Amino acid sequence: MDEIKDVVLEYVIDEYVEEDDMEVTFDTPLISSGLVDSFSMVSLKAFLEKKYDISIPDADATPEAFDTVNSIVGIVEKHKS
Amino acid sequence: MAYSDTRRRMFAESIDAIKEKGLYKEKRFIWSPQDAEIEVEYPEGASHEKVLNFCANNYLGLSSHPEVIKAAHDGLEERGYGMSSVRFICGTQDIHRDLQDKVSAFLGMEDTLLFPSCMDANAGVFEAILEAEDVIIADRLIHASLVDGIRLCSAEYDTFKHMDMKHLRKKLELHQDKRHRLIVTDGVFSMDGDLCPLDEMCDLAEEYDAMILVDDSHASGFIGKTGRGVHEHFGIMDKVDLITTTFGKALGGASGGCVSGRKELVELCRQKARPYLFSNSLSPVIVAATIRVIDILSKTTERRDKLEENTKRFRKGITEAGLNVREGVTPIVPVMLYNAKLANDMSRDMYAEGIYVIGFFFPVVPAGAARIRVQLSAAHENEHIDKCVAAFKKVGEKYGILGLDKKGIVEKYGM
Ligand SMILES: Cc1ncc(COP(=O)(O)O)c(C=O)c1O
Repeated sequence: MDEIKDVVLEYVIDEYVEEDDMEVTFDTPLISSGLVDSFSMVSLKAFLEKKYDISIPDADATPEAFDTVNSIVGIVEKHKS
Repeated sequence: MAYSDTRRRMFAESIDAIKEKGLYKEKRFIWSPQDAEIEVEYPEGASHEKVLNFCANNYLGLSSHPEVIKAAHDGLEERGYGMSSVRFICGTQDIHRDLQDKVSAFLGMEDTLLFPSCMDANAGVFEAILEAEDVIIADRLIHASLVDGIRLCSAEYDTFKHMDMKHLRKKLELHQDKRHRLIVTDGVFSMDGDLCPLDEMCDLAEEYDAMILVDDSHASGFIGKTGRGVHEHFGIMDKVDLITTTFGKALGGASGGCVSGRKELVELCRQKARPYLFSNSLSPVIVAATIRVIDILSKTTERRDKLEENTKRFRKGITEAGLNVREGVTPIVPVMLYNAKLANDMSRDMYAEGIYVIGFFFPVVPAGAARIRVQLSAAHENEHIDKCVAAFKKVGEKYGILGLDKKGIVEKYGM
């Protein structure tokens, strides 16, 4: 399952991190820290849905649930099965 | 009682939570007309102070200009005070049409539709022209009103990193399967003063068959050689498909906004945009005064030229004084402080020096990017600008941040 983790982290860094010196780990708060605003979160959701061929209901796509790479992986796993 | 004590307490707690986070907005009262020099009551109940205003969107100093005031009086006399109707029932006078034509000519667009505000223009434009098979690709830092409008529209939406053209290209590639692609950006970003790279965006739009919408609220009237906006600045007046802008900033500062652009797109707004259909028509007073503003700006570039001089003088002075500003050419100059409390404390000290400026911090700007935003105006005189620079120098010295870069300030105060 580590694989999903790495894919998501790579996407997050590619898609959202603007400053090269910023370190993002599996536990870095993304939304509550302001790194990812809730408006931009949709592209992450769309990416996950496409990549893993899943559908994440809006009720699950809360800013809290999307706040770290680890918690995002949890959502993906929940809907993959 | 439906508004029970419990309910009252719950709402009061929400307000307390805002206060605890340090995000509570204080009331401030201005006792004079809008101008370079204003009389302010702050905090509420305090005695009035005469201060220099460096935080208004009064870029061209037209908000209280005698000619504009006279035109408003004339409009009031000749066409009355209010319309008591939306535009399409009985709310459109000849002067509403005149203003639309003048704005089209000024911006170099095919057609224009007035809205009660630019917030309303942005709320209505996307839903009126796009559908589920389309995509909106927006800069991450676009204005909140554009974000709201995009949310009301069924088109898919995606974002690109602020002014990052490589990222925009990637997103355009990704969405080639959509029917229409619409790139959305602010012309000048209100918090950073950044000028968007509209020339490169138009090239990308051509390459990937996309349309472009620019919100020029912080550009109309003064960016570009004759003040037409960011598209004039880059010499690409015919390449932009839609402009939204406000009359509530440089163009007189009262209220009102518009969608201007390709005539089919404007016509769709006229038929379908909900804030146009369901909100009242602009007052004749504002319409008459805005017509005069456009006439003044079409005749002479004197005011935007003075604003440009003032901007240069301030940017030079503040940089020499050792404050950390984002580089640029626009009259929006963020003095970067990174730490929210520092921004707040310094703005209070600036007020004590007779300079009215405001600190901005999360969530208005990204966390760790707190700043004092300075806005220049053609109404400022050289001595106003020099006084503002001197005050920044004095206050900056007190906090020991002169000559420090981002790293230095953050080491001292944290993010
Ligand atoms: C970029 C931008 N667009 C739109 C608006 C809203 O304009 P109005 O005051 O006309 O609703 C603003 C004003 O804050 C703005 O800065």
